[in-house]
Amino acid sequence: MLIRQAPDLTDNDVTDRGLYLKRRTLMAGLAGAGLFGAAGEAKAGLTYGKGFSTQEKATSKEDITTYNNFYEFGVDKGDPAENSGKFKPRPWTVRIDGACEAPRTVGIEDLIGRNKLEERIYRMRCVEGWSMVIPWVGFPLKDLIASVKPTSKAQYVAFETVMRPSEMPGQGWNTLDWPYREGLRMDEAMHPLTLMAVGLYGDVLPNQNGAPLRLVVPWKYGFKGVKSIVRISLVEKQPVTSWNKLAAREYGFFANVNPAVDHPRWSQATERRIGEFRRRDTLPFNGYGEWVGDLYRGMDLKRFY
Amino acid sequence: MKRPSKTRDNIVYALVWAACFAPIVWLAWKGFNGDLGANPIEKLIRQLGVWGLRLLLVGLAITPAARILKKPRLVRFRRTIGLFAFSYILLHLFSYIGVDLFFDWGQLWKDILKRPFITLGMLGFVLLIPLAVTSTNGWVIRMGRAAWSRLHRLIYLIVPLGVIHYYLLVKADHRPPLVYGVVFLALMGWRLWEARRSRPSP
Repeated sequence: MLIRQAPDLTDNDVTDRGLYLKRRTLMAGLAGAGLFGAAGEAKAGLTYGKGFSTQEKATSKEDITTYNNFYEFGVDKGDPAENSGKFKPRPWTVRIDGACEAPRTVGIEDLIGRNKLEERIYRMRCVEGWSMVIPWVGFPLKDLIASVKPTSKAQYVAFETVMRPSEMPGQGWNTLDWPYREGLRMDEAMHPLTLMAVGLYGDVLPNQNGAPLRLVVPWKYGFKGVKSIVRISLVEKQPVTSWNKLAAREYGFFANVNPAVDHPRWSQATERRIGEFRRRDTLPFNGYGEWVGDLYRGMDLKRFY
Repeated sequence: MKRPSKTRDNIVYALVWAACFAPIVWLAWKGFNGDLGANPIEKLIRQLGVWGLRLLLVGLAITPAARILKKPRLVRFRRTIGLFAFSYILLHLFSYIGVDLFFDWGQLWKDILKRPFITLGMLGFVLLIPLAVTSTNGWVIRMGRAAWSRLHRLIYLIVPLGVIHYYLLVKADHRPPLVYGVVFLALMGWRLWEARRSRPSP
C-alpha cells in the first residue's frame, strides 16, 4: 500500500514546530542524496510522526516550483515562477468569517506559530492529466475552522485568492473571473486529509506555489487547491467557484479525481507523473478513496463530478 | 524580368531551409539539455504542432505576399514550406502516438472517436497527406494544373481544422489559437477580395 499511516492523527503523531525546524535543517542536507525521508527520522533520533504521507518518490523541487498552473501570474506553466518575483506574501492576513461565532482576521505568522505544522507528502493530480508527489508543510484546515466556532448554518466553505493586479500580471486579463474562488463542502473541509499548506520541501511556500497560504485537497483535481488565500467564509449554500463558472461541464464543484469520468475533451483514465516517461493509471480519489470514499457514499459521481 | 543569379537563388533557398529547420533544431537542443521543462513530452508535442500550424499559415501567406510585394518568384517557396509544415505535423502526430500514448492503439482509436479536438486534428492530418504526396512536379503534370489546384485548395479546410484543433484543447486562454484564426481569416479575406477585384461585376 502506498499510504503509511491512517489520517486520524493524535497529537503525538504531529511534529511540533521546534522539531520540525530541526528536521528541516537535516533534511536540507540530505535532500540532495534523496535520503531525507527515512534517514531524517532515524538520524535525528527524534520521536515524531511525519504527517500522513505517501511513500512514493517526491517530485523534484525544481519541477514543483517551475511547472505551475497559477493563472494570476500567466497561463503558461513557466509563467508563475517567472512572473511572481514582485509578489509580496508578507505581511499577510486572512479573514475567516461567515456562519461562525468567532470570526477573525489572522496574520500569517500567527497561523504558522499557533498551528502544529507537519509534513505531508501527497500526490497531486492535475485535471490536465499530469501528476506530482509533493512534500507540503501545513496544518489541517479543520483546526482553523474549529477555531472560529462554526454554526449549524456552515454547510460549505468558500475560499478567495488575493486580488493584486499590480503584483499579479495575469489578473490583467479576463482568462478567469478574478479573484480566484474555490469551495468545499463542510465535511470535506473538516476531513483530516484537507491541508492548509504554508510550506514546501521544508521551506516556506514559494510565491509560484501559492504563498503564503494555500489549500491542498489531495483526492481532488489540483485546481481545487486555491492559492494565496485572503478569505475563508463559512456559508450556507454551495459557493461559486472559478473554473466551474468558466466551464461547468468540464470542471465540477466536487472535482474528485475519477478515472471513470472523463473531462469532455480528454480522458482522465491515465496521467503522466512528472519525471516519468510512461503514463500510469489514475486512481479513484487519487488513491485516497479508502479515507474519503465515505464522504460521497450514495452520490452519483458521474453526475456530481 | 531579370532572373537573379544562381548563387543568390541558392543563398535564399538555404535561408528558407534554415528558417524551417530552426524550430526543430531549437527543440532538439532544448530537449538534449533537459531544458523543455517539467513535462518535456507535452511541451515537445505542443511545440511541434504549433510550428506545423505556423508554417501552414506562412505557406498560405506566400501568394498574397507575392502579389502585394510584386515578387512573383516568392511562390517557388510554397512547396518547401508546405512540406516542412507537413513534416512538423507528422512529427507532432508521431510524438503523440509514440511517446504520449506509447503506441496504445486502442487508446488512440478511443481518442479519435471521443475527443473532438483529436478527431478534427486527425482529419486535418489525413487531408494533408494527398497534398504532400502530390507536391512534386510530376504529379502536377500527371493530374493537370486545374485538377491539381483544385485538390490543393483543401488547404483552405485543413488550416481552420488545425486552428480549431488548437482552440479546443486550450483551457482558458484562447488568445494564441485566436491569433492564428485571425491570420487565417485575413489571408482568406485577401483571396476573396482579390477574386472579386479580378472578376468585375456585371
